[in-house]
Amino acid sequence: MAEITYLEAIRQGLWEEMERDERVFILGEDVGAYGGAFKVTDGFLKRFGESRVIDTPISEAAIVGAAAGAAHMGLRPVAEMQFIDFISCAYDMLTNYVATARYRAGLATPIVVRGPCGGFVRGGPFHSQNPEAAFFHTPGLKIVAPATARDAKGLIKAAIRDDDPVLYLEHKWLYRRIKESLPEGEEILTPIGRARVAREGRDLSIVTYGAMVWKSLEAAEQLDKDGVSVEVLDLRTLLPLDDAAIVATVKKTNKLLIVHEDTRTGGLAGEIAARINEQAFEWLDGPIMRVTAHDVPLPYAPTLEDFVLPQTEDVVKAARWLAAY
Amino acid sequence: MTSRIVPATQPGHPAIPAEVERSQLLEIYYYLRLTRTLEERLTALYRQTKVIGGLFRSLGQEGESVASAYALERGRHRDLLSPLIRNLGSMLVMGATPLQILRQYMAKVEGPTRGRELNIHFNDLELGYVGQISHLGDMIPVMAGITLTFKLRREPRVGLVYIGDGGTSTGTFHEGLNFAAVQRCPLVVIGEYNHWAYSTPPAKQFAVTHLAEKAQGYGIPTVTVDGNDVLAVYAAAKHAVERARRGKGVHFIEVKTYRRKGHAEHDDQHYVPEDELERWAKENDPIDRYAKQLIENEWVEAAELTAMDQRIRDEVDRATDACVDEPLPAPETALGGVYADPADTEKLWFRLL
Repeated sequence: MAEITYLEAIRQGLWEEMERDERVFILGEDVGAYGGAFKVTDGFLKRFGESRVIDTPISEAAIVGAAAGAAHMGLRPVAEMQFIDFISCAYDMLTNYVATARYRAGLATPIVVRGPCGGFVRGGPFHSQNPEAAFFHTPGLKIVAPATARDAKGLIKAAIRDDDPVLYLEHKWLYRRIKESLPEGEEILTPIGRARVAREGRDLSIVTYGAMVWKSLEAAEQLDKDGVSVEVLDLRTLLPLDDAAIVATVKKTNKLLIVHEDTRTGGLAGEIAARINEQAFEWLDGPIMRVTAHDVPLPYAPTLEDFVLPQTEDVVKAARWLAAY
Repeated sequence: MTSRIVPATQPGHPAIPAEVERSQLLEIYYYLRLTRTLEERLTALYRQTKVIGGLFRSLGQEGESVASAYALERGRHRDLLSPLIRNLGSMLVMGATPLQILRQYMAKVEGPTRGRELNIHFNDLELGYVGQISHLGDMIPVMAGITLTFKLRREPRVGLVYIGDGGTSTGTFHEGLNFAAVQRCPLVVIGEYNHWAYSTPPAKQFAVTHLAEKAQGYGIPTVTVDGNDVLAVYAAAKHAVERARRGKGVHFIEVKTYRRKGHAEHDDQHYVPEDELERWAKENDPIDRYAKQLIENEWVEAAELTAMDQRIRDEVDRATDACVDEPLPAPETALGGVYADPADTEKLWFRLL
């Protein structure tokens, strides 16, 4: 049992899939000689060569489009966005071409588009984004967002093996902050579409994902001392949502707080709340509440960024309010 | 002050006569040295963790930045440029101050974006610069629109925009360039061939030899110049700017230069071939070359430059002292300015508990 970081877990997952399946290849900006801006693909060029680790021009639309074409022909491309903020440059390719290909034309497009998302790193408005909501609205895509090292590894492997296009959102704040001992020699695969109970509780449920899983667990720990028992559900997959797991936790605690780092308006929390209204309204003992980022572009100054983003203390206060409802 | 004509001196390129006054030679030197000195100060502040985000150096590229911007008409509501992260020199030429730059990098409340944006991502439409966003290529169509406005209003104004060798791979670069060409916008595009897009060399970025070939495909006249020959860049830019001002449309200037630092300060440049950095530093530094040219041609005295170096160090010291201990913006100011109306974005419910 070696302790590895979240980043190393992604690396290992990619590496194992490339060893296992010669159809898997990587393309992206600076992924080869440099090993990726965050070093996720460090050493891959040496091991797998230039035909499977392709340094591309700065052309996100071409990266995703070329991945799609290769996927149609039977390969398993993993495209890296240097920062996930640049996925917007491939928005047309992903939403119009890739997402519709199976339904519209019967074309399988098993690509993975992965990249570092999220704030708390003083990256400013163009190196901190959480783009899931822009793609959540697009039938045909899958979206995963691991919070733990185990799931970082299990989901990258599952995403590569999935027969549909998967956006893999890795949180850069977790890269070297999260460590976990993973068993060696055992294959780790996290099923896509399945949430995970990160902490059991009785009084209230927090449904969350990504870096906010850790903030929510911190909050749950503090609330426990006040005698409030909080259950934390880590969604892991955002599209498709694991309705069964969300409904189950609501039926258990009867109160739901949804926490995400993305901005509020049009964020995933709205959809989750609507589904609970439809599927478990009678089980609720209080309003469904949200803790999210404020509806502004993410600013650079630490004082401003910390204000805009949801913090552990916000989750504590919101949960305490809801528990007392 | 005597006027004199200083020819571009780089062998192998057509000499474009550039009429430069002695005072202008010194002013160009001032901006070159100011750029480098200010960036060296930023590096020191970065190491003290006072610069909070990344730090991007233009070491080796100061010449083309300053010289190209210097060809514009400056002043309120005159020409306008859009810089990239390695065009600090262009910003300074247009009137951005060391104090603004230092505050912006340190996210100070008094900075030009009040802590919202990083490095040189900021604007002054009156003085004539509009900051880039991180998505490369986007400023080409934006500058097409700005210069289209000059044309529609029949104003004798010119725009100038920078794009790196890597940035020319983006779709927006091509779409914007084509748009500007079709509309005959008064726009000068500086293609900076600095050999590295992060870690990616030109051979993995494009299959042409010169960036200029890309612009030629859109019917745009081009010139390729030695980007580390300050006066050659100035002459080429002056020609293109005046041509654009006469209504002749877009001009593309490719400057061959070299990025001597990493993409950002954290980048150890292990991918750069051995000796290459040293060779460029030793043999082809734009400021060294320019200073040598000024002195050897007896256009200025060495002592004048030395005195100016000291004046610039003092200026940067004063600017640093003036802002280094200033506060960061107050948290709640993050909510202002998303829209004109409403002026403030709603504070979320859990912050009212």
